[in-house]
Amino acid sequence: MEAATATAPGRKFEKVVQILDAHQRDRTRLVPILQAVQEEYRYLPEEVMTLVATSLGIPPARVYGVATFYSHFALEPKGKYVIRICDGTACHVKGSQDLVDALQGGLGLGGARKTTPDMMFTLETVSCLGACGLAPAMVVNEDVHGQVSPAVAIEILDGIRRSEGM
Amino acid sequence: MMEDLETVGSAYLEASRRHARRIVVCAGTGCMANGAMKVLAALRDEAGAHGLDLETELRFEETRERDGLLTRSGCQGFCQMGPLVSVEPDGILYCKVRPADVPEIVRETLLGGKAVDRLLYRDPATGDACRGREQIPFYALQDRTVLKACGTLDPEDVREYVAHGGYQSAAKAFRQMTPEAVCKEILESGLRGRGGGGFPTGRKWELARIQAEPRKYIVCNGDEGDPGAFMDRSVMEGNPHAVLEGMMIAARAVGAQEGYVYVRAEYPLAVARVRRAVADAEALGLLGDDLFGTGLPFRVHVMEGAGAFVCGEETALLASIEGQRGMPMPKPPFPAQSGLFGKPTIINNVETLATVPLILARGAAAFKAVGTAGSPGTKTFALTGHVANTGLIEVPFGTTLRHIVHEVGGGVTAKDGSADPAGFKAVQIGGPSGGCLTKAHLDLPMDFDNLTRIGAMVGSGGLVVMNQDTCMVQVAKFFMQFTQNESCGKCVPCREGTRQMLALLEDIVEGRATEETLPLLETLARNVKLGALCGLGKTAPNPVLSTLEHFRDEYEAHVTRKVCPSRVCKALMTPAIEASLCKGCTLCARKCPVGAIAGERKAPHAIDPGKCIRCGACVDACKFNAITGA
Repeated sequence: MEAATATAPGRKFEKVVQILDAHQRDRTRLVPILQAVQEEYRYLPEEVMTLVATSLGIPPARVYGVATFYSHFALEPKGKYVIRICDGTACHVKGSQDLVDALQGGLGLGGARKTTPDMMFTLETVSCLGACGLAPAMVVNEDVHGQVSPAVAIEILDGIRRSEGM
Repeated sequence: MMEDLETVGSAYLEASRRHARRIVVCAGTGCMANGAMKVLAALRDEAGAHGLDLETELRFEETRERDGLLTRSGCQGFCQMGPLVSVEPDGILYCKVRPADVPEIVRETLLGGKAVDRLLYRDPATGDACRGREQIPFYALQDRTVLKACGTLDPEDVREYVAHGGYQSAAKAFRQMTPEAVCKEILESGLRGRGGGGFPTGRKWELARIQAEPRKYIVCNGDEGDPGAFMDRSVMEGNPHAVLEGMMIAARAVGAQEGYVYVRAEYPLAVARVRRAVADAEALGLLGDDLFGTGLPFRVHVMEGAGAFVCGEETALLASIEGQRGMPMPKPPFPAQSGLFGKPTIINNVETLATVPLILARGAAAFKAVGTAGSPGTKTFALTGHVANTGLIEVPFGTTLRHIVHEVGGGVTAKDGSADPAGFKAVQIGGPSGGCLTKAHLDLPMDFDNLTRIGAMVGSGGLVVMNQDTCMVQVAKFFMQFTQNESCGKCVPCREGTRQMLALLEDIVEGRATEETLPLLETLARNVKLGALCGLGKTAPNPVLSTLEHFRDEYEAHVTRKVCPSRVCKALMTPAIEASLCKGCTLCARKCPVGAIAGERKAPHAIDPGKCIRCGACVDACKFNAITGA
């Protein structure tokens, strides 16, 4: 779909166009393209997914289908700090649920709400981080913390809040 | 133009001889999380402050003698004891090193040539300090072959890999062997796929080799998603060139020109190291248009996964590389016949590929000499859970569980981490596809066939040790929740079957089960096993069937007596308040939805068992652990 190329260079989508170009608008590279888009926006905005679909010449439904299939893709914005609690077998038997409970309490989250209203924190669980020797493990953005107790989890959270002047 | 391997290797060795010592800081994920990089920086600064001349990156062009080379390695496996620092040729391994320990290491060891006693590993059995790997039972009792270079080599220095004989097997495959001969050697070695199924690798390669299609692919499956497993992660992080070399040999064997390494996105360090390895191998001319002067091309792409367990299933993984939802396809045709973009494709697991160069280097007979007749070689396991030495281990196939748990693993631990010699209850092997092993299996030689026979499987090799405080129904439910979440939903037996199985397990742990529940669960499990499309669904019932077989009395206690023998299932407990611990804070009484708790403020409270609905809200609310399950 050449038409998309003509409309895309609007400033708003400049970065997306760069990403598409870097992947030669190859539709088999849809997953890495969406990863790069998400890296940029921290989630997949609907209009960007539509743009990606038109640029690759595939139906938007397929892009949406791929985006919803993989757990790494988020259709809603995430907080500045993404806290992920590992719930692999080793972490599970060593009490990962207690960490989730403690952080949910500390962040005032629960049920379907995973991100704080001020967009600072998102709390998620992940299947396994492969850091089982450190169970239970918790990751804040890229930093891995091992053998975390509920008290330590709250301490880490408070540390971030302090660094943010909260 | 490819540089000569011998030149690269000998230049490296020449350069490394200029150093009096080599100090290696483990930079696996575990040690890095515990601050290994801070230790490395402190070592560099402190040594410099004492006038020691340490080089942090080996330079070929230099000739000056130096006091030491300070470098990092991939995962050394002893994750519980990290950050690890080894000093050679002194043969010292320091455990749990903090930046504050660095001045003493520099003063005592680097300047004084003595070991710092308090940083050495202590054998919990004897209390003796162990100077290095040879004395530490965790290492001494293993047979580290595939993992040998993990934790000693610098994973980001291709020249060091070459200096230790790296890429010689690939060179041999391209220069001296025909594709048939490579396939034959691998088939004769008896190598079976380490990803879980244990299919003979040589047979898979031969099937791809005989396809007439000129375009073929090699895919390395680094989508290790089993909860409790991290051996592929460690190999990709610790020795990525071995994986690439395995892929090159596979490419020679089947005639492929292109390859993909598909790595989980949860493993950012593995992604970075594999990317670096590919770039370095290209820069040396090892990968590219002319492999080893044969005019044959081979290029490797690295693709990050996006978080879908089912993509470990080979056909789903291919769909993902093609830019689709990662859903599996029925087999046949097998990927070796028609795989990526419809072309013959070999998909091998990381550990399998890392083993291949060793087989070509030493020969099929030497490989077969280790392990059992049906499962030759060694296997890496991720040993975790209630065990003293958690970490990454490698032992020959046929090793008993007793040896792994009690000797290498140092024995079972209690909840608080203390030794609990009598605490062994079970080992869960193979993750959501596997099963449980019990006391009765402690002396069973572990290999592909023995484990399949008792309803478990090697799987990817996660070994989770469980002590007496573990409820086996909860374990089964944990895995069923996992596969239910990860089911791609394409086939009904998996999508609906696992959902219903999970609901039945929830009934059991929440006390709603009737006498029909267990027979229904078993029937359903058998049907999902038979009817599901791919490996994920076919093996999803294994944890349930295996726990039902070995711990049926525990299930029955939940169902008929409404009791959880391990006192884990909150809904089955009758809460009672321990008067000596109760501070009378009234929080439990306020949380109790049915008003079953009463008492004066600042005086011990009590629960009315008649009113109590066993919801567990009070147990969760109590800050003083005063409420027990009774």
